[in-house]
Amino acid sequence: MSTNKPIATQTGPSGGSKKMLTAMVGIGVFCALLIVLTYEGTKDRIDTLKAEALEKAVFKVLPGVTSTQMYLLGAEGKFSAVEGPDGKNPVVYAGYDDTGALAGIAIEASGQGYADVIRILYGYNPSTQTVVGFYVLESKETPGLGDKIEKDENFLANFDALSVALSEDLSQIVNKVVPVKQGSKSNPWEVDGITGATISSRAIGNIIGESSAVMVPLIYNQLDSFKKD
Amino acid sequence: MSAGITKNAELNPTPSSTDEFIKGLWRENPVFVQVLGMCPVLAVSNTAVNALAMGLATAFVLLMSNVLVASLRNFIPKQVRIASFILIIATFVTIVDYAIQAISVDLHKNLGAFISLIVVNCLILSRAEAFASKNTIGKSIMDALGMGLGFVFALFCLGAVRELLGNGTLFDIEVFPGSFQEWIIMILPAGGFFTLALWLLLFNFFKTKKVQA
Repeated sequence: MSTNKPIATQTGPSGGSKKMLTAMVGIGVFCALLIVLTYEGTKDRIDTLKAEALEKAVFKVLPGVTSTQMYLLGAEGKFSAVEGPDGKNPVVYAGYDDTGALAGIAIEASGQGYADVIRILYGYNPSTQTVVGFYVLESKETPGLGDKIEKDENFLANFDALSVALSEDLSQIVNKVVPVKQGSKSNPWEVDGITGATISSRAIGNIIGESSAVMVPLIYNQLDSFKKD
Repeated sequence: MSAGITKNAELNPTPSSTDEFIKGLWRENPVFVQVLGMCPVLAVSNTAVNALAMGLATAFVLLMSNVLVASLRNFIPKQVRIASFILIIATFVTIVDYAIQAISVDLHKNLGAFISLIVVNCLILSRAEAFASKNTIGKSIMDALGMGLGFVFALFCLGAVRELLGNGTLFDIEVFPGSFQEWIIMILPAGGFFTLALWLLLFNFFKTKKVQA
């Protein structure tokens, strides 16, 4: 074994602890700076594009809607019409048909999927007390498996008329939306899962279940505040 | 394959910048010869637009990381080089991620998880480790441009064939007349394997022919 020859297979200069630390910290600071600059530079444009995409999605989850209005849910549980979200309180989108009558409300919700948080939008029709549409706004679910929640026709059919009917005193949903195994849906409030995308499809059922249990009673009891003047 | 590379290396002991460029584009094409980065190659080559966007995103990250690694090569101690390379690569992937979001939300949705996965694309780390950390900035740029364009070219070859046969269109423009029956399988995952196999067959056919001649 020769010890005086430098190891040729490794690259870069050899360094002491101080040098290693300087290099890592230096690169770290430089990289952080680059990322922050890019984030700041693209933020406005991304926000605009996302708002546009959200607007388009509202029309997708509420059939027959021709105009929309954003409403903010205040801390005291009251909805009020706003121009843009304040970044803290949840927002919903009221959709109106040609005659200006309230056709439905699109609600944004999110929850943990398989890979990352899934952000969805679903449409609620107060006159039939059902969920009438569903759209994935953001997901990083496994391509080919988890992303079936966006493409599988049988799964999407769950959201044609998913029951979120309220109890007689209008304080809560009678039967919370729950995910079930593929092919075992027997009640209008159950979401049929997808084999091969079990976790992702269950996540969607749970996200809608949790969100609708809170939002639907609130919305239904304030339907008048969504009506166009 | 390896015999060809060794032979070329012997003929040109100090390859010129043009050689570094041509090498990645053709002779050592990252997809068709080195068969690297198969995950995005097979997954995001279902349409020509997706393939081009993914290819360009990867090429950009490759170019920028090669430039930075080459310019810092005398500053990064060998013990922390892999950590430094990954940090540099991850930074540019984040930048690309924001840039694509700013260009089009739909495109970002189509490419989805694969943008973040550029961080672990073996092509980029292998160029940083095997080339950029040992060569000048100029040569590293040529190497990255060659390899990057070679990757874009290969992805486009797959994407174009798959979109043409699977959807009857190219860049969403209808190419075949209305009576064309689409081969749906070509835009499904299996079509990626078929198309890649056919391109590899073609490349190897030319190579064998060249060796025989």
